Amino acid sequence: MDSETVFEVRDLSFAYEGKQTALDDISLKVCAGESLAILGANGSGKSTLLKLLDGLYFPSRGSISAFGQPLTEDALRSDEYNFAFRRRVGLVFQDSDVQLFSPSVLDEVAFAPLQLGLSREEVNRRVDSALAALQIEKLRDRAPHHLSGGEKRRVALASLLTLQPDVWLMDEPTTGLDPRSQSWLVEFILSLRKEGKTVIVATHDLELVEQTATSIYVFDEDHHIVASGSPEDILSDHELLHRCNLSHYHQRIKA
Amino acid sequence: MESVAVSHFPKRSNILEHTLHEITETLERALFAEEISARPGLFQSLDARVKILAVLGFLIGVGLSHNLWILALVYASTLIFAGLSAIPVDFFVKRVWLALPFFTGLVVLPALFITPGPTLLQLPLGLVITKTGLTTVLFLLLRVSSSVSLTLLLILTTPWNTVLNALSVLRLPDVLILILGMTHRYIYLLLRTANDMFLSRKSRTVGRLNDAENRRLLAAISGNLLSKSLNMSSEVYLAMQSRGFRGTIVTLKPFHMHTRDWIWLFVFFAMTTLVIILGR
Repeated sequence: MDSETVFEVRDLSFAYEGKQTALDDISLKVCAGESLAILGANGSGKSTLLKLLDGLYFPSRGSISAFGQPLTEDALRSDEYNFAFRRRVGLVFQDSDVQLFSPSVLDEVAFAPLQLGLSREEVNRRVDSALAALQIEKLRDRAPHHLSGGEKRRVALASLLTLQPDVWLMDEPTTGLDPRSQSWLVEFILSLRKEGKTVIVATHDLELVEQTATSIYVFDEDHHIVASGSPEDILSDHELLHRCNLSHYHQRIKA
Repeated sequence: MESVAVSHFPKRSNILEHTLHEITETLERALFAEEISARPGLFQSLDARVKILAVLGFLIGVGLSHNLWILALVYASTLIFAGLSAIPVDFFVKRVWLALPFFTGLVVLPALFITPGPTLLQLPLGLVITKTGLTTVLFLLLRVSSSVSLTLLLILTTPWNTVLNALSVLRLPDVLILILGMTHRYIYLLLRTANDMFLSRKSRTVGRLNDAENRRLLAAISGNLLSKSLNMSSEVYLAMQSRGFRGTIVTLKPFHMHTRDWIWLFVFFAMTTLVIILGR
């Protein structure tokens, strides 16, 4: 098992219902401890890639390996593999309402460790610690549908924090957040980096990428990877960003 | 906050306004219920399982009782419990009795005239109210009002998620409790979405829509909502899988019985036993 490589994606293509292409012939490698940004415009396939990396979708063509082993539907049918994989990889969905399906914050935050077989004492300990770390102890018994957008995002993160995954997949984490919550989220991602966690963020928020990423893959609107490299190289290539619909030139609108 | 349905729509002129009004009222009711459940009060302080068992006991007692005075006493007890649980009693009474005539009154009204028995009151057009008819109507109204009040007492003083978790005391499977919880959770989300859709449409509507346009609008919004709910259900399933869901569910069930809970459980047990014995 290659301990350095977390994910290796080879010649992967994916199409919804076999027709609507979401990813076309992409290859990439993610190493442990890396903070990777998947940069692309809306509809470029970023969210789909995260779901593939989380073993929720499976490639139409090509392959993915996770922690040195093939990540396939068959492999995930095995309880042993499934539990080991789910304990190590967590996905924060773009829409927090999708992720917060339990009737209370407490149930939500306790969901993953309970399903993955941790003892109730350990679950309670992790829940208390996650709620404290994200400063949401007062939300413990609240119903998710009464929370604000920022609070929902914190609960979504707490629901993964109790899992203590090695790899954090985050889909557009800054969407719908006010500036203070965005700034808090940047700090949170940086703290994960400090702990040596692998973080993969799918976004088109260039500011977030600049503040948190150590490397970047850029997707174009035809669902291909068109560039990869360091944040300094990618973010200074204005022509590339413009071509991939990630930045635009302001033009004065004539009446 | 004493009143619930604060109407922002003074005149319900069309289907759009009417639907918006209903959705807003539902959301406001949900918020008000959560606010009541957080107040300090008798029922709020009890373990949810004790409340569920008490309500069930009283419901059985009410169903078995053949004594009007006992039924009236149970109804009066619900008002006292409501008062002790920081629920505005006028709101509590209105919530039960405003809906009652529509659901029970219409069903029970004919019994007033068609039940054979000694005449109590002679009305024009040959209509006669009989003593037996009046007793039948009173029985049904008191049974229904007591039962609705008891259930209302439970759901107003207990967060819905706690009610659901406490249902495990009735040996309901965890997966069923999860489904009920998710249904409740996503109904509100979809209500908000529907509200946004109606508001967005309203903001772009000039003048009055005719009936055909209203129906078309309602059908379009319903279709859109259905499509959204289908997408969301598959995304929610993925989110569950992502966090280890494999078809069976494990929950925390964080309940602790205190001395106070045991005492009240005994009190409720004694009360329901009396209701059953004296009501025979």
